[in-house]
Amino acid sequence: MSEQGVQVPRALASGPSAFIPAKEILKEGPNQDVLIESFLSLGRVDHISMVMAMHPAYLCCFLKTQHALLEMDGPLPRQWRHYIAVMAAARHHCSYLVQQHSAGYLEAGGEESWLSGLEHAPAKLRSLQTLNKLLAHRPWLITQQHIQELVCPGAEPRWSLAELIHAVVLMAHAHSLCSFVWGCGLNPEPDHIGGYSFQPPSLSHSPHSPAHSPAHEDGRHELADGAVEVEVLMKRMVELQQQQEEECTQEEMVTRFERERSESIPTAVVRGAPPDLVLRLVEEPEFRYEDFAPRGEQAPPTMRAQDYSWEDHGFSLLNRLLPDMGQLLDEKFQIVCNLTYHRMAMHEGVDTHTLRKALWNYIHCLYGIRYDDYDYGSVNVLLERSLKVFVKTMACHPEQTTARIYHSFWRHFRHSEKVHANLIVMEARLQAALLYILRAITHYMR
Amino acid sequence: MEKMSRVTTALGSNAISGKTMFCHLDAPANAISVCRDATQVVVAGRNIFKIYALEEEQFVEKLNLRVGRKPSLNFSCADVMWHQMEENLLATAATNGAVVTWNLGKPSRNKQDQLFTEHKRTVNKVCFHPTEVYMLLSGSQDGFMKCFDLRKKESVSTFSGQSESVRDVQFSMKDYFTFAASFENGNVQLWDIRRPDRYERMFTAHTGPVFCCDWHPDDRGWLATGGRDKMVKVWDMTTNRAKEIYCVQTIASVARVKWRPERKFHLATCSMMVDHNIYVWDIRRPFIPFATFEEHKDVTTGIVWRHQHDPHFLLSGSKDSTLYQHMFKDATRPVDKANPEGLCFGLLGDLAFAAKESLITSDANRKPYPGGDRRYPMFFFKKPDPTEQFAHVSSALSVFETDLDSHRMDWFVKTAQLYLLSGKPFAELCDHNAKVAQELKRPQVSTTWTMLRIMFSDPANLATPGPNHNLGKLGTLPLMNSFSLKDLGSGMGAESRLERSKGESRQDNIHLEPGNSYISNNEENEETEGSEGHPEYMFGDAELDDDDLYSMEHDNQTEEQEYTLPQEAFQLRHEIVDNPSAPEHLQQDKADSPHVSGNEAEVTCLTPIESFSLISISQPLFSPHLPASFFCPIVREMLSYYAEQGDVQMAVSVLIVLGDRIRKEIDDLTQEHWYMSYIDLLQRFELWNVSNEVIKLSTCSAITCLNQTSTTLHINCSNCKRPMSNKGWICDRCHQCASVCAVCHHVVKGLFVWCQGCSHGGHLEHMMNWLKSSAHCPAGCGHLCEYT
Repeated sequence: MSEQGVQVPRALASGPSAFIPAKEILKEGPNQDVLIESFLSLGRVDHISMVMAMHPAYLCCFLKTQHALLEMDGPLPRQWRHYIAVMAAARHHCSYLVQQHSAGYLEAGGEESWLSGLEHAPAKLRSLQTLNKLLAHRPWLITQQHIQELVCPGAEPRWSLAELIHAVVLMAHAHSLCSFVWGCGLNPEPDHIGGYSFQPPSLSHSPHSPAHSPAHEDGRHELADGAVEVEVLMKRMVELQQQQEEECTQEEMVTRFERERSESIPTAVVRGAPPDLVLRLVEEPEFRYEDFAPRGEQAPPTMRAQDYSWEDHGFSLLNRLLPDMGQLLDEKFQIVCNLTYHRMAMHEGVDTHTLRKALWNYIHCLYGIRYDDYDYGSVNVLLERSLKVFVKTMACHPEQTTARIYHSFWRHFRHSEKVHANLIVMEARLQAALLYILRAITHYMR
Repeated sequence: MEKMSRVTTALGSNAISGKTMFCHLDAPANAISVCRDATQVVVAGRNIFKIYALEEEQFVEKLNLRVGRKPSLNFSCADVMWHQMEENLLATAATNGAVVTWNLGKPSRNKQDQLFTEHKRTVNKVCFHPTEVYMLLSGSQDGFMKCFDLRKKESVSTFSGQSESVRDVQFSMKDYFTFAASFENGNVQLWDIRRPDRYERMFTAHTGPVFCCDWHPDDRGWLATGGRDKMVKVWDMTTNRAKEIYCVQTIASVARVKWRPERKFHLATCSMMVDHNIYVWDIRRPFIPFATFEEHKDVTTGIVWRHQHDPHFLLSGSKDSTLYQHMFKDATRPVDKANPEGLCFGLLGDLAFAAKESLITSDANRKPYPGGDRRYPMFFFKKPDPTEQFAHVSSALSVFETDLDSHRMDWFVKTAQLYLLSGKPFAELCDHNAKVAQELKRPQVSTTWTMLRIMFSDPANLATPGPNHNLGKLGTLPLMNSFSLKDLGSGMGAESRLERSKGESRQDNIHLEPGNSYISNNEENEETEGSEGHPEYMFGDAELDDDDLYSMEHDNQTEEQEYTLPQEAFQLRHEIVDNPSAPEHLQQDKADSPHVSGNEAEVTCLTPIESFSLISISQPLFSPHLPASFFCPIVREMLSYYAEQGDVQMAVSVLIVLGDRIRKEIDDLTQEHWYMSYIDLLQRFELWNVSNEVIKLSTCSAITCLNQTSTTLHINCSNCKRPMSNKGWICDRCHQCASVCAVCHHVVKGLFVWCQGCSHGGHLEHMMNWLKSSAHCPAGCGHLCEYT
């Protein structure tokens, strides 16, 4: 082809992730039935699956859910589903997912012009914008009025409740998946923009190769210190587990929660402008997650987990409106909550429950969900600052994740453990968003 | 306190009374509990913890237990229970994991008695022992159940549910030592209070969390459980394995379940999401609630029967911040509103119908379905009356079998076998097929055939085959009439009605533009033979009476042939209309018809001249030489109609019989599709011969080639045993002629016949001749060949 003057593209990325060396991933990756199956059905194994394959139990469930969401029977037409996912991914400037779903959208027979801008999409889809925006960045602001505007008999264009809930789950799924994509630094697929080049490879250096990233280098030097850090963390975990609950007032508990919630974690690393491809699909791109004001000022209301929980309320509602989806998501949440290999960094046989719980609750805390029966003091004890930076960035501003942030927490942990943390962030975030929107729907239905 | 005790004594002696009433709470309730003598109720929630006295007419707030300027989370209650022995003792489960007991006898404002903070997570449930004063049980989200002795500072025993969250714990009413615990993973465990090391028994009750359980107050073996899977199940625990004896399917996840006192088979449920009602079920009638309370505007969170021996009072608290007392007599009885008749179609067209028995039997006496020869009551199913409280209901279920299927197949098969598709003149084929259809009681099809004959017959041929047409004008008239009559009368359906309405709308058109509408007039005539009267409108569009006459005529025709209206007028009209269908004998009339219609016009119209001229204009279009193609559009339409109706047989048969007359009008794909469908049907009915005939007669290349599939015969060379690829008689490899005639020893290039016994053979003719004279094989192998 080259002789005929056709440029032959060359894949740029050296592996699925810019943060994780390819050989790490491939160590546990291949020979999994799930991967083989997904390869056979899709004709490729995308980078998401490859990275998730480090946790096969989860990957299996994730693919099942995603398949059900995008391909199986449901109230929305297939091309709409992909388009909604595109809209959602664009909020987080995630060109990876935008391109993945654009392809899916076109494959499902969607009209190409829609992708060139939201104004080409039907009014019904555009009417999701507000919800999309809130769901992505500040789900606690969603009220039953938002639902009413779309669903109530006078609304034009009108959504049915089943359609709406399908769309909402799609959006929440895509938003949280953006966190994962950014958090693992996924490289573009070879056919994505930025995933290939027509330039011949230059020998000097490849900018994407993770092994040469400075942050990583730093990590290696501090390995000795790292070992100590792990020891400390483990000791704290054991202490926390054994510690008899000391009596502390509600005041104190609330303070601890608020402190975690409003702790200022610098995340505002400004990145280059998102590609045009993404930007034209976003309305109000400046609408972002907003740090909760320090206590005393007008803080948005807290959602009490005991008043609206996934197990009791969210599941029932979702299962009612979108049968099977509730079951699949429930399964996914359970898998991610119980996923453990009983090891931490170089230690085996560790009960990581408290650490996972702290991560999960910290993310919910960032979204204003409070557990009465959880002492938020332990978040402070267990999550080091660099980890908090990572978690908060991923959960709230995923598009600002950098290799430095990724490499600077848990420096001595395995990559698979970092991916595990990513999964927890992603699922916790998904659940938080779902809880808010499902609560609004419940209120609307009342 | 004094006040309270006074109330107690006031109501304690006589039976409780009251009415349906409610009061507003300040905050959503999470749980309620009632004291033993049924005079007070405690309401607990995240932001509320109050005691109300139940008075005759209203709730009266007695005490607010939520004291302090900034109450601690210990006041945020997930559950509350009032001790059934000690009237001053209350216990609450807090969302932060604390178990708190309250002593109403304390003199201070803060009645908090004991505080146990042993649970790490939210406590979902607390439960006092029904007979033991100091024993309290708690179940928590952290997966542990703890038993407290209220005289001690900490728990006396801890039961581990293996890290699964505990949703409910209940002491057994009858077994002193036993309690049941339900779990988030769907399990229910039975524990002995003396053995904290392991459970006595465990079984999976639901898929998903079991939110609640309740022991039957009288029957020691029964445990009711409710789960997120929207089911209430009743388990018999007396046997070795817990046995599910009843199951009630509700419409939303079940948050609470409570047995109704004094009614062995009743229990009350409320739901956690979406559904705000409280239902009381008779577990033997699991499909419809026995009673419903519909007062709450948000989900009901707590239900309790007011007195443990009184089934008529139910208290409930809700997220809508109200506390209700429901009187049983005020409950809605869904059974009264339920539709007592059920009707359902089976997969194969059977029809099941259930109704009150009385209805059915009276029906049977009156013979309500006079024409019901298809009705076969299969069996009557009498349901024994289960409850004294449900109205005596017994239903009868009748199943009506449809015989339609077998009938339909019959006509299909018969028609397929009897139809003639070729081999005779066109008109005869049509007549034959019309007769076949007629015999099979398919008048519409029959008439269609007849009409096809009329439309497409070459006028010259028609004189001989149509003896019934020699009857003349009057003869054709009944034919047409019978067509419209049958169409309208047989109820064969939409088509006829459609046509009729078409005709009517066309009449309107004519009314609108009477002057130049002869084109539409033509259409009319080509489409429906029944629209005899239309030309008349052209003469007499001014006459409204005529319109009436016309419609009257139509009606009358369906009943009798004798018209009450002036006879000539109608006859003449018919002549005009009949012309286009061009039976030969009418051709003579043709010449006269201007005169005739002129006469008619004189009779009926005020403007004869006008009409005369119009007729003469339209005359050529009605000429006897009307080409057959003139009818093609409507025949095409008719074929599509039949095909769409599922009678592809008719479509294909007509297609074949009409042959070239219609073929070009219909696109090949449609034809092919029809053929394929029909052939497929025929083959399913194993009508191989007919299907073969159809294939043979079809003109679609795609169909005719069907007969050539699998007709290739592969042969091997008789010398080298290799497959012969190129020609049948000479082998490419050994260059030998393979098939040589045993008689003439020349190569056989055409038909080769061989004996299956000795496999010698040759030219068909040669073999025939040879075997006429000799019984032995011509090759001399000695075999006695036979040629039949």
